[in-house]
Amino acid sequence: MISLAGRDILHSWGKFVFTGVGLGLLIGVTLTMAGVYRGMVDDGKALLDNSGADLWVVQKDTLGPYAESSSLYDDVYRGILGMPGVARAANVTYLTMQVRHGETDVRSMVVGVVPGGPGEPGQPGYLIAGRQITRGHYEAVADVATKFKLGERIQIRRNIYTVVGLTRRMVSSSGDPMVFIALKDAQAAQFLKDNDAIVHQRRRTSANPTYNRPGVPGLLNSVIASQSINTSVNAVLVQILPGFTPEEVAEPIRRWKRLQVYTRAQMEDLLIRKLIATSAKQIGMFLVILAIVSAAIVAFIIYTLTLGKIREIAVLKLIGTKNRTIAGMIMQQAVGLGIIGFVVGKIAATVWAPFFPKYVLLEPVDAAWGFFALMVICVLASVLAIRAALKVDPAEAIGG
Amino acid sequence: MNRRTWALLGVLIPMLALFIYVALRSGPLAPVPVTSTTVEQLSITPALYGIGTVEARYSHKIGPTTAGRVKGVYVQVGDRVTAGQLLGEMDPVDFEERIAAQEAAQKRAAAGVRAAEALVQEVTARQDYAESQARRYESLLRAGSASNETVEAKAQELQVVTANLATARANLEVARQELVRVGADREVLIQQKANLRLLAPAAGLVTVRNVDPGTTVVAGQPVVELIDPASLWVNVRFEQLRATGLRPDLPARIVLRSQAGRTIAGQVLRVEPVADTVTEETLAKVVFDTIPEPLPPVGELVEVTVALPALPAAPVVPNASVQRVGGRLGVWLIKGNSLQFAPIKMGATDLDGRVQILEGVEPGAQVVVYSGRSLGAHARVKLVERLPGVSP
Repeated sequence: MISLAGRDILHSWGKFVFTGVGLGLLIGVTLTMAGVYRGMVDDGKALLDNSGADLWVVQKDTLGPYAESSSLYDDVYRGILGMPGVARAANVTYLTMQVRHGETDVRSMVVGVVPGGPGEPGQPGYLIAGRQITRGHYEAVADVATKFKLGERIQIRRNIYTVVGLTRRMVSSSGDPMVFIALKDAQAAQFLKDNDAIVHQRRRTSANPTYNRPGVPGLLNSVIASQSINTSVNAVLVQILPGFTPEEVAEPIRRWKRLQVYTRAQMEDLLIRKLIATSAKQIGMFLVILAIVSAAIVAFIIYTLTLGKIREIAVLKLIGTKNRTIAGMIMQQAVGLGIIGFVVGKIAATVWAPFFPKYVLLEPVDAAWGFFALMVICVLASVLAIRAALKVDPAEAIGG
Repeated sequence: MNRRTWALLGVLIPMLALFIYVALRSGPLAPVPVTSTTVEQLSITPALYGIGTVEARYSHKIGPTTAGRVKGVYVQVGDRVTAGQLLGEMDPVDFEERIAAQEAAQKRAAAGVRAAEALVQEVTARQDYAESQARRYESLLRAGSASNETVEAKAQELQVVTANLATARANLEVARQELVRVGADREVLIQQKANLRLLAPAAGLVTVRNVDPGTTVVAGQPVVELIDPASLWVNVRFEQLRATGLRPDLPARIVLRSQAGRTIAGQVLRVEPVADTVTEETLAKVVFDTIPEPLPPVGELVEVTVALPALPAAPVVPNASVQRVGGRLGVWLIKGNSLQFAPIKMGATDLDGRVQILEGVEPGAQVVVYSGRSLGAHARVKLVERLPGVSP
């Protein structure tokens, strides 16, 4: 049997393929937009995943440490370690800042972790090069997105750190790459502004007659020393023992330690529903409009493609072709166009996704849904076109 | 099949092939690139890493023992001084006059002693006379040429003079003690005046000159601070989690912050018996084998690496390959094309990131070191030399 659709496509295959490619680029944009949205949500989840924690213990009545600032004394973890069901607990600090790297600086989230060895809460879960931190000071493991290289020296506040390891997909909820350093360095970095700020602080303190009393030598030094220490951390990450549910461990800490504790589910809810809610909705809204516009354009292209062939269809009718055959031809062409568009779109989205500054996650499920929706649109559009084609008067073929 | 069909197929088939490749090789369905290494039987030398500050074991803060005004400070920061050298002086105010007054008082007391001595001599003469008178009247009474009353009067006279002599001798003693007291008072003033001179208790280097002449300082407030440069050491803080095996006499490598490329040899002098409970650090003192010249500034930050003895050979993996999965620490073993998680017990680690495995894997096993994503037991993996995006 001769495929009428195939014959028609072969007749003007260039036009057909290029229309498909154009359609594909539009679909690619739509898929990418979905990927941007997914990537945003995934950034939030990656943050939770790579902290390696089951519970987050934060300052009471705060949504810390990611959605709000939270501050705890750094010895709180000792008490938490004694609570039932707690396997490991470790302090952690988060500070988003510019990390100096040669002439430039890179916006990143500096994470202070207890250098307790691999597998401890807060440590990067896997590396792509180098090694984990082994020294208690001045070593850093950086996300590869920072563009730092192994052995390079970077500056965080006043101190110089050597990059000893690289990791991947360790990002903050806003997509800033992480730099892991030892907790004590991070505590110092949170406090230590820069040398100028410290000198000014000292000068202000010494100008204050309450602190700089002539009769009490040494008071000023004590005051300055007490200003230069920071015993706070942002959160305590807790891993629980097997056999306990997160809530079973969290509840006694909330009750007896009077601290806020979030489980993984609560944290995810916090991040996705509260922290990135507005920007995610913004992207989502854009995605919806883009999807509608794409659907409309696909429908119009198919419709106009069919109308462009109206004379040929009239000839077909004139020579007695069955309506079913004509309808089949139009629908096959529409679906074929849709498939080419999808294939081109998927390839295009995959090719350009890595060049986005933030993570773009192209989920196969999204692609499947996109394909399904595209087919439905193609079929619907071809139905409209079929109606127009079938209504055509065979006389038009000769009358014109 | 005509040319057009071939042309169309020529476009569609590569496109479809590219699509399948893209769908399977990127995104979540793609295999995870991993690198692997062989577990080796190695001896590692763990090392401890700490940071500290250069400090002086002996530092002297020199200041007055009483409040006063500084008259002069004769040394500058950076001067080397010898033991006993005059560093500064306090204003003596009225010390000279008080010493002069005490000297006058001393002379007066000496005169008092002489007067008391003369008195004793006089009374002694009177007593000798009274004694001879008493004896004479005694013999006259026996001869019957003197009355009983006269003899008794003479005896009584002798008793009075004897008592006078005792009084005069006591007065002499008083005058002598007074002389000693006044002399001692003068000595006190001289000592106190000498105490206004600020002397170096030992040879050393002037590190701080706190005040300048004319400043009033309270008792105990340091005017000048000295350190003994030969006693420089490093007060090092070691993270307690990573201070296993720290003990005295271990060799140490010291790197001054200002001389990052230069390593100075030293050794652990002692581990402090008291740790810092707030910062959770163990403290130790590390001494230089030879004090570097020029002297490092006191308070400079240093990095100290203490080498521990080499450990017996054991299976060793990079620390990047150790991961925690399901609450257990372990490594991913590569068995053919699939992964298997092997729980391990970690032993010592060294600063280069090598970990000894006490149990869990045998030498010769292939383990995953780096991976492009976190791994699961069902992850499809692809062995690569180097992960994409990592420059050599």
